Amino acid sequence: MTVTGVAPPAAAPPVPAAVTARVTDRRSARAFVDTHVAPYADAYDRAGRVPEELLRRVAEAGLWAPFLPPEAGGAGMDWVTLGEVHEEVGRGCSSLRSLLTVHTMAAWTVQRWGSSEQRERWAPAFAAGERLGAFCLSEPGAGSDTSGITTTAAESGGGWVLNGVKKWTTGGQRADVFLVFARTAASIGAFLVPRDTPGVEVRPIDDMLGTRASMLAEISFTDVVLDKDALLGPSGFTAGMVLTGTLDLGRYSVAAGSVGIVQACLEASAAYAASREVGGTPLAKLPLIQAKLSDMVTDARAARLLLAEAGRLKDAGEASTIMATWVAKYFASTAAARHASEAVQIHGANGCGTDYPVARYYRDAKVMEIIEGSNEIQRMTIAGQADREKTG
Amino acid sequence: MTDTKGQILGFVRDRYPQAEITESQDIFALGFVNSLFAMELVMFVEKTFGVTIPNDELRIDNFRTATSMSDLVTRLLAEPAVA
Repeated sequence: MTVTGVAPPAAAPPVPAAVTARVTDRRSARAFVDTHVAPYADAYDRAGRVPEELLRRVAEAGLWAPFLPPEAGGAGMDWVTLGEVHEEVGRGCSSLRSLLTVHTMAAWTVQRWGSSEQRERWAPAFAAGERLGAFCLSEPGAGSDTSGITTTAAESGGGWVLNGVKKWTTGGQRADVFLVFARTAASIGAFLVPRDTPGVEVRPIDDMLGTRASMLAEISFTDVVLDKDALLGPSGFTAGMVLTGTLDLGRYSVAAGSVGIVQACLEASAAYAASREVGGTPLAKLPLIQAKLSDMVTDARAARLLLAEAGRLKDAGEASTIMATWVAKYFASTAAARHASEAVQIHGANGCGTDYPVARYYRDAKVMEIIEGSNEIQRMTIAGQADREKTG
Repeated sequence: MTDTKGQILGFVRDRYPQAEITESQDIFALGFVNSLFAMELVMFVEKTFGVTIPNDELRIDNFRTATSMSDLVTRLLAEPAVA
């Protein structure tokens, strides 16, 4: 196998051009991604980070938290449209989409569960991208099993003292404020922790399998003293709802990003199959390749519909959106992993190198099957729905 | 039984058809309530009855039974809540 691609210097990822229009729907999101994101995504992947200039472009496009209400600096974007926007970003760069996902989780949690004072303090900064949020749940010894988290928040002097270690925090290298889930005396609470709080230490995690430019970190909290108003939402038995709702939005965004990966695999594979010939025949004319492409077309549409249904239910405030989002994320992430593998297969050795983006899709897609609840956890939860639908 | 209680009971029974639940039964004592169901329950109440449940009303005693949830809805409709 010959690999001809040459990675750019890791310290200098390309800088996209200035933004001239805000993103308001799928069409404008696609234009933004095609101009500012997709052409550079492979370079970001190799550099292990996205440049600050791109983060500013995202802010200029109004992409950080457009679902926030106008009075909070957002655009009041509905969830169906947000899903379409995150799909388009995921089509171009899963690392950037991951940064949007965790920022969305932090911003929504403040908007949904915060007091008026907390919303006034944080929501406008989140909407403008002046403060970037990250989501801290996983720990060295606990991932999808949230019951295993050991980080604690103890009430003290009218406030809280936070201790513990969080791992695999997307955007942790760059985020300004962390949404930290910690065990309290009553339940699991959500705490907003500014990065510069004494006792917070950020250690970069590099060289991940996928979403390599999402700037992961391990973050330790050692006797971190927080004010009383660092707690978001209720502190009693329903505190777990904050985590449930936050993860629900995370899954929704990951599902959208997974649809984007399937679409990216389809577009790249269709273009390659149309131009690459075997014995004088384009790959696209070969039945075995056609089978792969037809499955990509079908699954992209099916996953997109499942996502749209979950978004429609969110917009309607229907409780069934939570299960619909589980189903959409499960279907879309497994489809992404399956079709990214087939995209590499269609590209042959070219798919294993850096001249084509499909190797990145392949690595990113695997991550989608693990984050915001592994596929095994998803299937266990969805099985509960099956039990409800049994006859007799 | 009020319509509010009936709708709440219908939602709980739909989620857990194997359970026999009455309007005064403590659903937490049945052992199947988790944070996922709690979130679904809050969303259902807010959507169905057009209320927003403030954080300080998200207490376990307000959600133990269909009757206590119905009382919460009645109270919130009488006095619009501020989060």
